[in-house]
Amino acid sequence: MMETTEDLPAFALAEVDYSGLDRARVVQALAKVLPVGALLFDNEDLRPYECDGLASYRAVPLAVALPSTEEEVVAILRTCSQLGVPVVARGAGTGLSGGAQPHPHGLLLSMARFNRILHLDAHARTAVVQPGVRNLSISEAAAPHNLYYAPDPSSQLACTIGGNVAENAGGVHCLKYGLTVHNLLRVRAVTMEGEIIELGGHALDAPGYDLLALFTGSEGMLGVVTEVTVKLTPKPQIARCVLATFDDVTKAGEAVAAVIAAGIIPAGLEMMDQPATAAVEEFVRAGYPLDAKAILLSEADGTPEEVAEEIARVSEVLQASGAGEIRVSRDEAERLRFWAGRKAAFPAAGRISPDYYCMDGTIPRKRLGEMLEAIQGMEGRYGLRCLNVFHAGDGNLHPLILFDANQPGELERAEAFGTEILELSVAFGGTITGEHGVGIEKVGQMCVQFGERERKQFFRVKSAFDPDGLLNPGKAIPTLNRCAEYGRMHVQGGALSHPELPRF
Amino acid sequence: MNEIVASWAERIRAAAADGRALNLQGGGSKDFHGRRAVGEDFALAEHAGVMDYEPTELVVTVRGGTPLAELEALLAAQGQFLAFEPPHFGAGATVAGCVAAGLSGPRRASVGAVRDFVLGVKLLDGRGEVLSFGGQVMKNVAGYDVSRLVAGSLGTLGVILELSLKVLPRPPREATLRFEMAEGEAIDRLNDWGGQPLPISASAWNAGVLTLRLSGAEAAVAAAITRLGGEPLADDQALTFWSDIKEQRTPAHDLAGHEQLWRLSLPSSAAPLRLSGRQVIEWGGAQRWLAGDLPAAQVRSRAAELGGHATLFRGGDRAGEVFSPLPAPLFAIHRRLKATFDPAGIFNPGRLYQGL
Repeated sequence: MMETTEDLPAFALAEVDYSGLDRARVVQALAKVLPVGALLFDNEDLRPYECDGLASYRAVPLAVALPSTEEEVVAILRTCSQLGVPVVARGAGTGLSGGAQPHPHGLLLSMARFNRILHLDAHARTAVVQPGVRNLSISEAAAPHNLYYAPDPSSQLACTIGGNVAENAGGVHCLKYGLTVHNLLRVRAVTMEGEIIELGGHALDAPGYDLLALFTGSEGMLGVVTEVTVKLTPKPQIARCVLATFDDVTKAGEAVAAVIAAGIIPAGLEMMDQPATAAVEEFVRAGYPLDAKAILLSEADGTPEEVAEEIARVSEVLQASGAGEIRVSRDEAERLRFWAGRKAAFPAAGRISPDYYCMDGTIPRKRLGEMLEAIQGMEGRYGLRCLNVFHAGDGNLHPLILFDANQPGELERAEAFGTEILELSVAFGGTITGEHGVGIEKVGQMCVQFGERERKQFFRVKSAFDPDGLLNPGKAIPTLNRCAEYGRMHVQGGALSHPELPRF
Repeated sequence: MNEIVASWAERIRAAAADGRALNLQGGGSKDFHGRRAVGEDFALAEHAGVMDYEPTELVVTVRGGTPLAELEALLAAQGQFLAFEPPHFGAGATVAGCVAAGLSGPRRASVGAVRDFVLGVKLLDGRGEVLSFGGQVMKNVAGYDVSRLVAGSLGTLGVILELSLKVLPRPPREATLRFEMAEGEAIDRLNDWGGQPLPISASAWNAGVLTLRLSGAEAAVAAAITRLGGEPLADDQALTFWSDIKEQRTPAHDLAGHEQLWRLSLPSSAAPLRLSGRQVIEWGGAQRWLAGDLPAAQVRSRAAELGGHATLFRGGDRAGEVFSPLPAPLFAIHRRLKATFDPAGIFNPGRLYQGL
């Protein structure tokens, strides 16, 4: 490992150039440790892997490996480590920040074949699963025992638990049930040097540093997950949802604070602004009132008695906070209809606009109103529309910026719009990413979120796991050079002055 | 940088230059915890005070030296609390000490541990530099989660200057029930109940009696009482009981002469220990305290056999290993990680493990 006087790894300073790697040699070395059919290197086979859920960034990898055993993962990583080849691990590729985008000179390590639930212990309420198992299929397997896996990212039908660990995925119920980090017991992983490590365990804690917490959300930068033990949660007996309308978004934001102030932690607390409501209503006919400036959805779950109690208290608080209409779901069908609209926000954006760009900032709840006003101002300045959906309970915003990539300059304007929202999130005391990760998308904004000392420390932390920086290089943490460049772009004032430069 | 922090940074740089170990001290209430402390005392309690608290944000930001009791009183006035119910183990306990020790109380199995509530941390590292990680919002995945890493690190990574913690509303109703039950049956029942939507917030089994606390909405607690049966405990007695369990003031925790208190952290459904000594079982079966005088090797091997690990919590040989030894590749990562925060190895060296 090269080191500077500041004990920083070389890969912290500037991105390493891997273009000199001998592709044939790498493929040959990997072919020796993998069975037939587990290594793809023909260009047409590599294409399907060129991007993840952030489709505007693409790169074709040097090769794709599809191991089925941990021994193969160890062999792959040892080989790549020896040859100095970057490795990007991939689950289902549903991530929205480009975290699984291939490295053009690196190996893409698909964990898709690790798709088995190894053990489900209903009594201890745990499941041991391989990383390629889909989030929802864990809950399906646990359902006969009246248990489920609580984190429910919107992509839960497709996304894998390995990816959830890498991103510390959230969902609409994390206000009450926590994020991925709160629902994991143990991760087994292979380091870039091919060592097997176990973080956490089947008890509620493990000796030593809490590396399980550090590893969760590390975006594939510290190790490759080969096995995960998750906690299972008893299924609530019933859930009911309150839908409330507001004639003013600030009032809706204040109502959210009032619910929390009343000592209520709803299972879900979501907000949509009028443009978002209109877009989804056209799409799914959820029966949302179209004249409201904002609607709130508040879900209560638990025993029938406690749900009835919470619904009554929430309705009272919302009423006192100036809600117009308040509807309570009368049955499961109506509850699902209330949610159908919220859950269809992204596809609805895709339906009314050729392209959309989904942001993921988190801000203190009390700044919601201000943020919405600021976004309105930005819509005018960038000449683009924005739909706003929020996980309001925890202040996590998902503004959906609508644009048309075929119109010259619109993509750049959408990105500049998004950047301004994220930087305002930081200025409000929040963060550039609540649950989607930094990936390649927000690596520039990390220069605003963190100072140079913290960014240097992140590289040192990475080097403790991956001394040569070969796992997912260029993602999550910007190099010092990149931030220097980002700073210079900003001096020239908001809009990007060199659209020809590649920016990530 | 305020004056205290500036002078501390200076002291750290000087100690690092000379390779002098520092023994980080909050209120000194958990001096017994971990391996024997070495180095010169570095008193940190004076950096105290609440920086920011807005109950509707469910977040509080305090300086590290803030007394834990003071923070809890502030939250209680707003009907909120630290849901992980940290033990104090002494009047002087500070918030930074609470997080550095990483110890959670009776509610841990139902709401989470200290680390689950740490949202942000400001540290003075071994270079004498102030580093800020995480923040004041509940969902934040920007950068590595260093804040949670600090929980339970026993002061080996840096001086905790500030902490942002998630707080929760106090449950509107609590009730405590008692059941006469043998150990094996108690473990079974606790795991059965854990799989049902019951508002169980704490459990403690000792000497044939299982005590269960329910917390939640009025209706939920009332329904659970009807369903579970058991003998109700009066509210004031219940408060004392759970406080004694949390602070280890029961006869079962009390050590005589050469006895040690072991903490076994196990899968909740693990079989009874079958080791001699007095036992308190908490966290739905996942935390088992064992007071007695047994060879360390015997306790550790039984814990490993049951799928968990054992910590020499009080008493015994503090010069030897107190926490279960780590596999070599994992320990190597620990050492490298420690060195990234504390290159000269001056913060609480050896407190967690020899050579760390």
